[in-house]
Amino acid sequence: MAEPEEPVSQSESPEDPPVAREEVGEPLVVLTDVDKYFGELHVLQHINMTVRKGEVVVVLGPSGSGKSTLCRAINRLETIQSGTISIDGDELPEEGKALARLRADVGMVFQSFNLFAHKTILENVTLGPVKVRKKSGSEAKNRGMELLKRVGVDNQADKYPAQLSGGQQQRVAIARALAMDPKVILFDEPTSALDPEMVNEVLDVMVSLARQGMTMIVVTHEMGFARKAANRVVFMSDGLIVEEADPETFFTAPESNRAKDFLSKILTH
Amino acid sequence: MDALRTLLEEYNVLAAFWMTIKLTFFGAIGAFIIGTVIAIMRVSPVKVFQTFGLAYVTLVRNTPLTLLVFFAAFGLAITLQINLAPPDSPTFIVDNNFRWGVVALAVYHAAFVAEAIRSGINTVPLGQAEAARAIGLPFLPTVTTIVLPQAFRGAIAPLGNTLIALTKNTTVLATIGVAEPALMMRNMLEFNISLLYAIFFIMAAGFVILTLPTGLFFTWWSRKLAVQR
Repeated sequence: MAEPEEPVSQSESPEDPPVAREEVGEPLVVLTDVDKYFGELHVLQHINMTVRKGEVVVVLGPSGSGKSTLCRAINRLETIQSGTISIDGDELPEEGKALARLRADVGMVFQSFNLFAHKTILENVTLGPVKVRKKSGSEAKNRGMELLKRVGVDNQADKYPAQLSGGQQQRVAIARALAMDPKVILFDEPTSALDPEMVNEVLDVMVSLARQGMTMIVVTHEMGFARKAANRVVFMSDGLIVEEADPETFFTAPESNRAKDFLSKILTH
Repeated sequence: MDALRTLLEEYNVLAAFWMTIKLTFFGAIGAFIIGTVIAIMRVSPVKVFQTFGLAYVTLVRNTPLTLLVFFAAFGLAITLQINLAPPDSPTFIVDNNFRWGVVALAVYHAAFVAEAIRSGINTVPLGQAEAARAIGLPFLPTVTTIVLPQAFRGAIAPLGNTLIALTKNTTVLATIGVAEPALMMRNMLEFNISLLYAIFFIMAAGFVILTLPTGLFFTWWSRKLAVQR
């Protein structure tokens, strides 16, 4: 491709080593010919995608491209009309006990945090382990505090979500997902609802998760994160996967016109 | 004042209003339980439950309470001989009418409770339930541990209204002979018609004393429990 520009966002420091990309294992999340319609609108069109163990996949695309829907379809918060989605070999079942069990293995971090508003921070993190994993209260509590410490909000454990900043809430949401020991965590635009100064504290947690080998599917606009932590970038447009490449190739030498157009719009500032 | 004294001496006003309190108490508990179940049915993903919930609310809410009370006392108790009290008990008729009256009150007001709770459920952002499902909670635990506790807080004010309506609607049970204030008023009017205004005053005052604190309490409670977001 002609002259690769220098699309490095200012948050990225060159001395940060990229995440080790070697220990990628067998397929964990497999989407085969997935189709979804919202009425007339064909929001996911024959999506085929495989995410392997330990892989960090960043899904990019303009708004309305179907990337959030894709993310939500993976734990069946959105139903699909045809095709199959399987997690660690098990196909997503219909609504019911089996689906709930499968969901427990798939963490989810939402754009709007969605912490349980009537529960304390610690209760938010221990609820899943106690109610779903049937762990004892004290065991869940210890692990919960450990996770809250890991994301740096252990001193807020007894507060309610509304008393925390957006960045803190989102870090709690990540801890809540981690508490279930998930096989994969889905991030649905985790930093889009945050004030700019809080974006990095959340991204830092995500980068460290990626370094520890967590399998992650991340819908985001954070190019810095994509470059720093992703094994692969999936670019979506109008319900289609238009391009898939490693971040370096994608940002410096995108193949499709849609991707070039998209990158030129977000990287010029 | 003399008129009031005469009436208070001649009739057991306190006992009558104590009956109102008992009817309200048991009726409210029944209505709350049935109403909660109906509300859960209405938001459940199972079509049959949704339809049943909708049918219950539509049918019961649009039926006069008097009809339900008559149906319970005459249709179910007398004609079909379905008794809620032991038939050989000396207080059988009183007990049976009281219990069927409570059932009718509970069934009727459950429709309003269900709608109040459903409006409360609508105040809970969808993301709360999504987050609960995402950590692997099935439908029922999601509703009972995440959605309903928040929904009740949003539903407290309308639930208070329903409780006040229930308190006053207990007077309908006078028609099946439950010894509550409306029945007492009928007797007062029959034998002491000259004390008309005093009789009305006792009735009005009694219900205001019962319902005014209920309203104030529920207003205070809904403020106290409001969920911060």
